[in-house]
Amino acid sequence: MPAAPVERLRVGVLASQGDFAAHLDLLAGLGAEAVAARVPAELAGLDALVIPGGESTTISKAIERDGLEEPIRAHFDAGRPILGTCAGMIVCDRDHLGLVDAVARRNAFGRQLQSFEADLELEPEAGIGPDPIRAAFIRAPWIEEHGGAVEVLARWEGRPVAIRQGNVLLCSFHPEIAGEQRLHALLMAMATAARRRGAEAVSG
Amino acid sequence: MPERATFRLKTGLAEMLKGGVIMDVTDAEQARVAEAAGACAVMALERVPADIRRDGGVARMSNPRMIEEIKAAVTIPVMAKARIGHFAEAQVLEALEVDYIDESEVLTPADEAHHIDKLAFEVPFVCGATNLGEALRRIGEGAAMIRSKGEAGTGNIVEAVRHLRDITGAIRRLHSLDEAELAAEAKELRAPLDVVRVVAERGWLPVPLFCAGGIATPADASLTMQLGAEGNFVGSGIFKSAEPERTAKAIVEATTHFRDAHRVLAASSDLGDPMRGDDIAELAADGELLQQRGW
Repeated sequence: MPAAPVERLRVGVLASQGDFAAHLDLLAGLGAEAVAARVPAELAGLDALVIPGGESTTISKAIERDGLEEPIRAHFDAGRPILGTCAGMIVCDRDHLGLVDAVARRNAFGRQLQSFEADLELEPEAGIGPDPIRAAFIRAPWIEEHGGAVEVLARWEGRPVAIRQGNVLLCSFHPEIAGEQRLHALLMAMATAARRRGAEAVSG
Repeated sequence: MPERATFRLKTGLAEMLKGGVIMDVTDAEQARVAEAAGACAVMALERVPADIRRDGGVARMSNPRMIEEIKAAVTIPVMAKARIGHFAEAQVLEALEVDYIDESEVLTPADEAHHIDKLAFEVPFVCGATNLGEALRRIGEGAAMIRSKGEAGTGNIVEAVRHLRDITGAIRRLHSLDEAELAAEAKELRAPLDVVRVVAERGWLPVPLFCAGGIATPADASLTMQLGAEGNFVGSGIFKSAEPERTAKAIVEATTHFRDAHRVLAASSDLGDPMRGDDIAELAADGELLQQRGW
């Protein structure tokens, strides 16, 4: 059987507010078709979605104002992956969109003067290799509490700062401003797997 | 070992404010209104620029107690202004743990020859600029974010447009130059050569560029974003309008959907009167242009 033509992954970045441009550049560099998404139509038909850093109150209000919750939920329900960084972690938590069984604590590491960057080791289960990630924590949240289905991929001073539940990957820090590509590559690998599952479901 | 106050962390916070609106507020109640309307940060100051302009006298750093109350009232970042060159005011604001300091021409300058040495601080700074040379001098001094100066407190967008066009046009020109031409260009711009090189190579500033000074309507916010601003500061335009809450929401919406005229139209409807506004030529005749402060 001839191999099916490989289509580029279409990865959306929620562009209501925040550093979405940095994510778009990074994803384009990894070969994805990177799309800024501000309205429901732009959230349809994505292989993966990034909810970027920014101000979580501003982004949450934009999601409500612009009717974005339903298309984000449809993306999630279809088993397509989501990466949330910093504000994106908060937006996905139990108190907001409820896509993971965890609660993020806003500004948990403090104000801007307490912002920091460090080499962060991820658990082997994260599947990104042994080298630490350069992680920039900017007025960053941490995971205050979570259920048993949540996998903790990294901790800083004992606090969960990277988690995964199913197809949702969340981190407190900003891989995108430190030029760190591996989490985005992981997101794209999850998207490829989701696409394969979708194709099997159709053909099977 | 964790590192703090790196340039990446300083510009990083400004990166997170992109696509958003930073609003001037004078008390905790206004800060709550701004946050509820979707502001991505607030600028704490005692009087909005329109009132500073009207009242005259010396405009200084705000009362620390007022800034504390605003910090306690909201969870979004809180910025505050220091006078140009007044590094002791900046030290006080850093001790107060504000998230960003605006070395601002809206306040009365404290030093006629020197801006604050911003590299000496852990807290990040935003500075105003009227052209690319000025922006690059501020970046050379350590500013992690640049905003147009515009003409604060006027509700008149013409000066901000001039400044944005000057900055973005000069960046495009710089990007087209040959390496051998950069030293002469740096001299022309009166800007540090290393910063000039970075801008020439990237075709953009190494820090975010926001618009400030004169935004009063959703269409103003859309205009500045289409001209290349990466976010907006709105000062007098919100709390000097007839309906601050709705105006604030509308300007936030127009900043996100700046390319969608139908959205800007919807945001512009039923807003009530914007702030009244001033003619720049009349102010210039009176010798009262704030943008001429700093160099």
